[in-house]
Amino acid sequence: MRTLALPRLSPPRLVALALPLLLACSAKGDDKPVIGLITKTESNPFFVKMKEGAEQAAAAQGATLIAAAGRSDGDNAGQVTAIENLMAAGARAILISASDSKAIVPAIKKARDAGILVIALDSPTDPVDATDALFATDNYKAGQLIGQYAKARLGATPARIATLDLIPGHPTGAQRHNGFLSGFGLPSYEKTRNELAQPPEVVCMSDAMGDQAKGQTAMENCLQAHPDINVVYTVNEPSAAGAFTALKNAGKEKGVLIVSVDGSCRGVQNVVDGALTATAQQYPLRMAELGVEAAMAFIKTAKKASGYVDTGVQLIAKDSVAGVPSLSADKALGLCWGDK
Amino acid sequence: MIARRLAFAGPLVALLIACTFFALQSPRFLTGANLSLVLSQVMVVGVLAIGQTLVILTGGIDLACGMIMALGSIVMSLLAVKHGWHPAMAIAGGMGVTTIAGMINGLLVTRIKLPPFIVTLGTMNIAFAITQLVSRAQTFTDLPPLLTWLGQSVWVGNTPIAYGAVAMLLLYALAFVVLRETAAGRHVYAVGSNLEAARLAGISTNRVLLSAYMLSGLCAGIAALLSIARTSVGDPQSGQTENLDTVTAVVLGGTSLFGGRGIVLGSLVGAMIVGVFRNGLTLMGVSSVYQILVTGVLVILAVATDQWSRKA
Repeated sequence: MRTLALPRLSPPRLVALALPLLLACSAKGDDKPVIGLITKTESNPFFVKMKEGAEQAAAAQGATLIAAAGRSDGDNAGQVTAIENLMAAGARAILISASDSKAIVPAIKKARDAGILVIALDSPTDPVDATDALFATDNYKAGQLIGQYAKARLGATPARIATLDLIPGHPTGAQRHNGFLSGFGLPSYEKTRNELAQPPEVVCMSDAMGDQAKGQTAMENCLQAHPDINVVYTVNEPSAAGAFTALKNAGKEKGVLIVSVDGSCRGVQNVVDGALTATAQQYPLRMAELGVEAAMAFIKTAKKASGYVDTGVQLIAKDSVAGVPSLSADKALGLCWGDK
Repeated sequence: MIARRLAFAGPLVALLIACTFFALQSPRFLTGANLSLVLSQVMVVGVLAIGQTLVILTGGIDLACGMIMALGSIVMSLLAVKHGWHPAMAIAGGMGVTTIAGMINGLLVTRIKLPPFIVTLGTMNIAFAITQLVSRAQTFTDLPPLLTWLGQSVWVGNTPIAYGAVAMLLLYALAFVVLRETAAGRHVYAVGSNLEAARLAGISTNRVLLSAYMLSGLCAGIAALLSIARTSVGDPQSGQTENLDTVTAVVLGGTSLFGGRGIVLGSLVGAMIVGVFRNGLTLMGVSSVYQILVTGVLVILAVATDQWSRKA
């Protein structure tokens, strides 16, 4: 059989060899300063928007933006590779949303030791000062806003809460979850704690990984065990949409409050339609613009950005309640990100 | 022998053309520092792919190797950091666990006669779950220097070459010689070409199969150490893309998914092709989604070529 190996240099293989030429048209040959952007994935709309914002800001400022990403959320090795490749590409500044807040730190240190400005966007590293600066939503505050709102809406009714969380050990997920409980007035963990608090009012906790289908499954299972759930906290809007589908299929969508974080156009539209009770809106475009501005300032003047810059968060709800300031969903549609 | 060299030539030509292309696109690509960077980026998948090649040569597949690697790296970190074991003992412990995991795969394939795809699909999930449970999904930092030593570099002129990359190349040389020059190596090909004929020829086919899966487990243990060395942390989320990346590398390297045909050095070339695309496209400023797209197309073409060459 091995005598048949000759045809391996065959037409299909030759097509494969020609493939790189198809990509040649996208080649860049200028000497603009290079800014790198590393996101968690290139498929999550939040990061798609962030990348678009960064590309526009870089083009406006006369820089080339090179974007790279991990293959999936949690792919630390992929982000390490991206940092190395961006260093090889001559990037002077790197903006990164770390998939794993701890595991990425040694790779970031290498880049900073090489004189590259590194700014964390959206997700802090652990420790936070492993990057020069952090431009991000205050996730704990985002959680507190929706927690306060849910409590105000529920009033004196005893709370039976389900939480659809991110992935184990993820600071963003932990901060939103614990912030929500704190805003709701329940015992919770402080901002820096990377575990999820579970007071007795939280009857069901499930990791839905920010995914709509997993959110639906998690909610269905929670309802099986606890049909009397009246508040659902979700870590992001896709999982909230999944939870709503599950509640609707069970005929319970009217009596249950669903709150979430993100502020995407689809999510805000869900608030308008009543499929989502309230959401906390964050601003990925602003993170990207501020990041690119800081990178350009560093390239031009060698001045490094530092510390934490809160890129803002606002509570979005259809019906406002007394004592909890919120923006109406109609107004929020003008500020939302992603496809409308 | 000539035919086998030609089988190896296809992937090698593909790699060289890709390198030429990227060298023309970016002046930074064809530097010693960048090429050695690519080598260190592929060392984890490269070492896993040695075990995967052995298994695929026998006509099987190991979908669990990446997750077993993650388990190994967590066991090593846990023993060294939490339980205070001597780092050398922690490494041995991690490799022991991954080799046992490979043995379990092998026993399920040979004793209970389950299809390798199903067995390793199952153990992949089991290894993932155990990894999450024992690590509590937490990443381990502040590891003892011995665990990250392979991430250090030896300087050749002004090019740093990671010890881990050198270790990978040595392992490939070893695997190449063993597969080509020893009876055990020939038995692997015989079992993959025709299991029944190999059995009738007096080869202990179960022993060959069991060895292939155990060696794949051992490779996962070595890869675990390399993964720790590369990222300086024990990461429970690692290994998720490596499972299928190794299959990609093996297939791109010209080894037949139907077993019995292939050359282990091809898998190194296959891993390098993927690494070169990722690195080169990033240097050019092209989205890494294209790297995934190109890899997907190349895999289909490689398997199509294999199929086509069988019919010819």
